[in-house]
Amino acid sequence: MRENILEVKDLKAYYKILKGDVKAVDGVTFNIKRGEILGVAGESGCGKSTLASTFITRKPPLQHISGEVNLLGEDIMQMKEKKFKKMRLKDISIIPQYALDAFSPTKKIRTFIADLVREHGISPDKKFFAKVEERLDMVNLDPSVLNRFSIELSGGMKQRVIMVISSILDPAFIIADEITSALDVSSQRFVATLLAKLRDEEIIGSAMFITHDLSILYQIADRIMVMYAGRIAEIGPTDEIVNNPKHPYTKALISSLPQVGVQYKDKKLSGIEGTPPHLLNIGDGCRFRFRCPYAEEVCTNTPVREKVAAGHYTACHRWRELGSDNND
Amino acid sequence: MLLENFWKNHENLYYVVKNKKVMIGISIVVFMFLLAVIGPMLTSYDYDEFVSNGFQAPSADHWFGTTFMGKDVFTRVTLGLRTSLLVGLIAGVISTFVGCIIGFLAGYYGGVIDEILMAMTNIFIVIPSLALLIIISAYLPGDRGILIMSLIISVTAWPWTARAVRSQTLAIRSQDYVNLSRISSISVLQIIKEDIAANMLSYVFMVFILQFKGAILAAVGLEFLGLGPTQGISLGLVLQNALNWNAIQLGIWWWAILPGLILTIFVTALYFINTGLDEVFNPRLREM
Amino acid sequence: MGKYLSKKVLVYLITFFVAVTVNWAVPRFMPGDPISLLLARFSGMEGGREIIQSQFVQTFGFDQPLLVQYFNFWKSLFVGDLGISISFFPAPVMDIVKNNIIYDFIILVPAIILSWIVGNKLGAYSGGNKKIDNRVMPFFYFLTSAPEFWFSMVLVFVFGVKFGWFPVNGAYSSTMHPGFNFAFIFDVLKHWFLPFLSIFLIQVGGWAIGMRNMIIYEKVSNYSRYMKSLGASDKLIRSYGFRNGVLPQVTGLAISLSTFVAAAVFVERVFAYPGLGNIMVKAVLNQDFFLMQGCFLAIITMVLVANFIVDIIYMLIDPRVRLSYSEEV
Repeated sequence: MRENILEVKDLKAYYKILKGDVKAVDGVTFNIKRGEILGVAGESGCGKSTLASTFITRKPPLQHISGEVNLLGEDIMQMKEKKFKKMRLKDISIIPQYALDAFSPTKKIRTFIADLVREHGISPDKKFFAKVEERLDMVNLDPSVLNRFSIELSGGMKQRVIMVISSILDPAFIIADEITSALDVSSQRFVATLLAKLRDEEIIGSAMFITHDLSILYQIADRIMVMYAGRIAEIGPTDEIVNNPKHPYTKALISSLPQVGVQYKDKKLSGIEGTPPHLLNIGDGCRFRFRCPYAEEVCTNTPVREKVAAGHYTACHRWRELGSDNND
Repeated sequence: MLLENFWKNHENLYYVVKNKKVMIGISIVVFMFLLAVIGPMLTSYDYDEFVSNGFQAPSADHWFGTTFMGKDVFTRVTLGLRTSLLVGLIAGVISTFVGCIIGFLAGYYGGVIDEILMAMTNIFIVIPSLALLIIISAYLPGDRGILIMSLIISVTAWPWTARAVRSQTLAIRSQDYVNLSRISSISVLQIIKEDIAANMLSYVFMVFILQFKGAILAAVGLEFLGLGPTQGISLGLVLQNALNWNAIQLGIWWWAILPGLILTIFVTALYFINTGLDEVFNPRLREM
Repeated sequence: MGKYLSKKVLVYLITFFVAVTVNWAVPRFMPGDPISLLLARFSGMEGGREIIQSQFVQTFGFDQPLLVQYFNFWKSLFVGDLGISISFFPAPVMDIVKNNIIYDFIILVPAIILSWIVGNKLGAYSGGNKKIDNRVMPFFYFLTSAPEFWFSMVLVFVFGVKFGWFPVNGAYSSTMHPGFNFAFIFDVLKHWFLPFLSIFLIQVGGWAIGMRNMIIYEKVSNYSRYMKSLGASDKLIRSYGFRNGVLPQVTGLAISLSTFVAAAVFVERVFAYPGLGNIMVKAVLNQDFFLMQGCFLAIITMVLVANFIVDIIYMLIDPRVRLSYSEEV
């Protein structure tokens, strides 16, 4: 039985602003096992990136309100900053959304890497850089990249370099935040498979792959967590989520995916009408009820998480009644 | 309750009022303007009158003391403040206005227009402005009035606004909502009004504050060198008189130090306002 | 790299061209005909006739077509003939410029370099420490807002009169003979210190504020975020920020030259220091147009050369420009 690297229990994190609280992460519970890639999907603003920020650095006005986040057994929400700083890069790391802009323009890549690892007590000697070059080779990059400035690299190259840097100390848990969103389709495929490869070679212990693109998750994620408006709508093994979704939102997401080989004249793309609710001072109740075609009186109460099958949970009052019909 | 709602709806205004720098700055500026307007009326002296013995330190009769020859320094300073403030204000307005137009044209249309305007701007920026001002003032025939001074100061000051406005225009212009407007054949004037101006207003205002600051320093500087308005009294002229009469060496420090202090405090206040507004309009800086 | 430099050189050449043209054209076309008035004053002095017939004056001669006069002006510039000064009659303007430019140099060059270095260091320190920042920032604001002419007078009052540590007039005592001996040099230094300090202190304020703002700005950049996420210390992040923040400060150096020239003019006035700034103002008040123009051209040339030097330095420290990816920040 593989151990849990990450255990999140009823996590709440809000942005505290002048007008009130933006409840961006509002009661999130899930685990990630060693060797697992958890895909986190949802529309923009559903809280996925806030979740990542909550784990790695909580910058004001983002505040941890309640709940635990146990990384390798210790609650990092309660940990002193000094102690947690040591865990960064070593045990928990991130490939950020702004990866293409994550370099200082006046430092060579080699200098950047050396400075970073020195901070963690690792000496950036020949042996170390031999390992770096191995990793660069794994992502199809020439070692000469180390002597370049970021301005000399293309977007795709920068993305790959960031992946190497973020995983250079073999972290147990890595967050990949929209790492494919800015790329073309073939690059997306390459980067996604790269992440899986890093996990296969045990360079990274586990990963949380954040994206709004479900089709990518279908390729490499072991489990998928669908978030909506700061809460988990549904979570389960990839096959279950894709073929047997229970939450109306998940169903809508799946059915809005374009299918290969099907043309517009044969079957129309269905989107989801409406937009996610504004999370400022939002009240109780199912947050999807404003767009849900099946919403009823009962939905004004906050739904609880219920078990559908092994490892498959959903938070919807009516999931049993609605069956597993994918077609609308 | 009503006040709370008002602040929630005018969030920016709330931050402006809450910002200490801005409020201190504005209070000082307002005070200075009041000083210029009301000041001379507070004393019964005229600025050119010989009112008593020279060499007098600040006292109840003469708040800023008297000059070497016996004129009241307070009257001279507050009256001179009027002239200098006026020149600075007019020059600031003109240079901001001209700079905005040029900067906007360069940023919005780009291409050859941009290259030419920017070349002009760069040339003016490289040439030391005071040197240019001195040369121009030297050749001006006849009397120098407030208007002429404002004009020549704005001639050397507009390049700054132009550059700043241009980069701001470029940034806004490349935003999608502006491109949409351009595609949908809305007239250029409307695009300016709705999309661009609304976003630039705060920026232009901050630029104006800086221009005002630069203009008043240039104005007093020129006056100090003897190139100010030929009639009347100005702040720089008071300082020049103090220098020519060796005020410091003779110990008449109030004649030289006080007028300059007034100016420095005023300029510092403008700087405060500008920095404060920067924090208000750039929320990222607010956290700092 | 080449493109960046050649573009700059082009602008400077054009600027020089414009400055010379303005210098030549303005007195020509200003109502009141200042040049003729000046020449009239010359004719009343000894050797006046030679002057009127000299090369330089010919360029203002009214009997020639405008274009010829303009070319003659350039010609005389190239041979170093800037005319004769009436304030220092019969000294040629070129000689006066050559003799007195040194005084601007010794005040400005150290003031520019030192204030930039010290100001940036102070600003970086302040930007990294909120408590210190809150306390020293108003002080820097005050310094940078202080006009040179006033601040010099304050220094004169405090150090010259009250404490009597430094002299407040001229470049060296009238009792001293110029020479490479210790006594003379020490005397020069004593006279040099307050003017230098005046410019230095005010500029330090400006640079400190600039660098402090850059540090803060760089703190919220994406690379800073990334480094923080990967566990880098604040110290490391700050040093990266500093390295990036220095770039616009170098650009600012080029732009600040105009301010330094103005500062020199005012400081020289207050301290009766015989630099070109002071001389130019005296020339203006005396309607000594040739001397005025000579000073103006000398100042412009110095500024253009300094600009060029700064541009080269910038190119060396910004990899984006060096590898010709962009223009400066």
